[in-house]
Amino acid sequence: MLSALLVMAGIAVVLGAMLGFASVRFKVKGDPLVDKIDAILPQTQCGQCGFPGCRPYAQAIAKGEAEINQCPPGGEEGIRKLADLLGKEFKPLSVEHGVEKPKQIAFIDEALCIGCTLCTQACPVDAIVGAAKQMHTIVAPLCTGCELCVSPCPVDCIAMVPVPETVETWKWKYPVVQIKVAGHA
Amino acid sequence: MLATLFKFRGGIKPDAHKDESTRTPIAAAPLPARLVVPLRQNAGSAPLALVGPGQKVLKGERIGAPEGNFSAAVHAPTSGTVLAVEPRMLPHPSALSAPCVVIESDGEERWIERTPVDYAAESPDALRDRLRDAGIVGLGGATFPSHIKLQPGAAGRIGTLVINGAECEPWITCDDMLMRERAAGIVRGIGILRHIVSAERVLVGIEDNKPQAIAALRAAAAQAHGIEVVPVPTRYPAGGEKQLIRVLTGIEIPYGRLGTEFGVQCFNVGTAYATHRAIELGEPLVSRIVTLAGNVARPGNWEVPIGTPIDALLELAAPQAGTDRYIMGGPMMGFTLPRTDLPVTKAANCILAASPALFPPQGPEMPCIRCGACTHACPAELQPHELYWFARAKNFGKAQEYHIFDCIECGCCAYVCPSNIRLVDYYRFAKTSMRALEREKAAADAARERFEFRNVRSEREAKEKAERLAAKTAAARQAMAGGGQPAGTTPSVPAAPTTTAEAAAPLPQLDEAKRALIAAAIERARAQKEAVQPKNIDNLAPEKRAEIREIEARRAQVRELAKTPPEEPV
Repeated sequence: MLSALLVMAGIAVVLGAMLGFASVRFKVKGDPLVDKIDAILPQTQCGQCGFPGCRPYAQAIAKGEAEINQCPPGGEEGIRKLADLLGKEFKPLSVEHGVEKPKQIAFIDEALCIGCTLCTQACPVDAIVGAAKQMHTIVAPLCTGCELCVSPCPVDCIAMVPVPETVETWKWKYPVVQIKVAGHA
Repeated sequence: MLATLFKFRGGIKPDAHKDESTRTPIAAAPLPARLVVPLRQNAGSAPLALVGPGQKVLKGERIGAPEGNFSAAVHAPTSGTVLAVEPRMLPHPSALSAPCVVIESDGEERWIERTPVDYAAESPDALRDRLRDAGIVGLGGATFPSHIKLQPGAAGRIGTLVINGAECEPWITCDDMLMRERAAGIVRGIGILRHIVSAERVLVGIEDNKPQAIAALRAAAAQAHGIEVVPVPTRYPAGGEKQLIRVLTGIEIPYGRLGTEFGVQCFNVGTAYATHRAIELGEPLVSRIVTLAGNVARPGNWEVPIGTPIDALLELAAPQAGTDRYIMGGPMMGFTLPRTDLPVTKAANCILAASPALFPPQGPEMPCIRCGACTHACPAELQPHELYWFARAKNFGKAQEYHIFDCIECGCCAYVCPSNIRLVDYYRFAKTSMRALEREKAAADAARERFEFRNVRSEREAKEKAERLAAKTAAARQAMAGGGQPAGTTPSVPAAPTTTAEAAAPLPQLDEAKRALIAAAIERARAQKEAVQPKNIDNLAPEKRAEIREIEARRAQVRELAKTPPEEPV
């Protein structure tokens, strides 16, 4: 009787120690769900969702503090992906956070720029080069189209221009599926 | 000459239609008055324009410099004047525009100074650079820069060179005619390519429906050592790179790997001929052979300067009534030209006039019945019907799992499909969409990285600024306190006011020090302001100066008033 109890207690101690060790050794740092959500978000860093960047929004979604339909640059497709990931119901994009637009990038009219550096400070992704009292310009491949530089400009020299389609970025259209018209058969 | 031939799986045997355009020899197309040379004529990055409007150019003069290594130069196809460098519509299924150099020819065809080179005396690196600067790209249709393909792979040397003269696509005969008429030049070009990679073995694969080409090339290769001309069975797509390598060497290049890793590389016969012209004659690639066939009165092959409008070529072939569209490339892999005033490029091997009689319109698309005919026909050993379902459902992850990027878009599956499904259109849609998604993903990742870096940087800057400020305050305070206050006892940051009596004791003293600091700062600012003398007033009119003096006097009065504190607040 005693030996049986001792054996059971011994096993319990050993297993407990193993579990304790494993919980320390294989501890997951951070929240992997946040990373997964962040990977879906477009990284525009525009703040239209009401959070200061994509990652804070991802954290808020993970905590359940934000809805999944607050990201206009991600659009409907982004919401669908988030809904799939989180097992939630799809919702149309929340109108108060903005509307989905085609991809745009900022363009500085260099003749008007006075070199105030306000746009450089506003740019979340370091896509503007320039120095005080020097002309500024957008590094087009780095611009995410967040529009955060547009309103700080005191001389209104920044405009958002749509990104044109080029031979390199052109996509074949989805093949049109012909629907048989009734009566033709 | 006893080569063991291997087989590739799948493939089809469509009507070849090669006889029509091989009855007449290659003729030189007349020089058009105006040529439009697209700068982007190679896979990889587009070259940069070197010329501007109004500039005179000679035939063979460089007009586009290669941008980076994965690019090839572009040259003026004739002598004349540059009219413009502007976006023009390209012969591309997208019908989009890209920068082109428009040249008005002077009709003189004056060449630049041509410097032929003895390739045997040149190093492989120098020859590769020459090929890049001569604008040599794969003339089979993919326009991949040849100098890139001639770089030895990670595995080391390229032991076997495969020369592609299969020309498996129906209607096209430009390689066939080139082999018949210019076999000696091709063999010399093969010699150069072989010298660059120091390959021991050269296998020239030609489909066995071109006996004259085989005979011509065999005769030319008889003097050269180690060049084998091998007839391969006629079956589309025997001229696919991976398929031809497999038939001739038995090497099956796996997914995502390159031929160089297995010591084998493949070049088109046209590319070999262009290499010969570039190195041994010093002539960059400014023209190519184009087959004009289909519903035309005079089918044939023409040597066409790059940039010639397709309209002008069609006049030579005289399209017949009933032609409803023009195809660039063959009927299997080509695309319908959006317009016919577009220029001939290095990729244009054939212009085909299509009529409903020659190419009957396909019936309406019917549901896939999973008969598996496409799987039997696929030369890349994929499962086209599965890919079709995934592409149609936009399930790109699954499509990639089924190796959609191994698809060579040969069109065999669509050819055999009993339901008339335009399978290749689905694959093209899926492939380009997936590439676009990948680009977006890479851009998003880079944006995330820069955003995070920026946050770290601004935090660090704020911290450094606070530290600097604290150190400065401490130093100033110490200086104010003089010798009476030991250095260690002055806190760098003003302590939060506390309610305890002991802590409250040093506060008035601190406040006094602070007040003194503020007073000193105000005094400094005032002195600075007063020290500033107005500039650029020497050339002003006397009345303007009087006005300025008046304002200055008012300012001084205000300053005096400010020095005496007001008796009671207003």
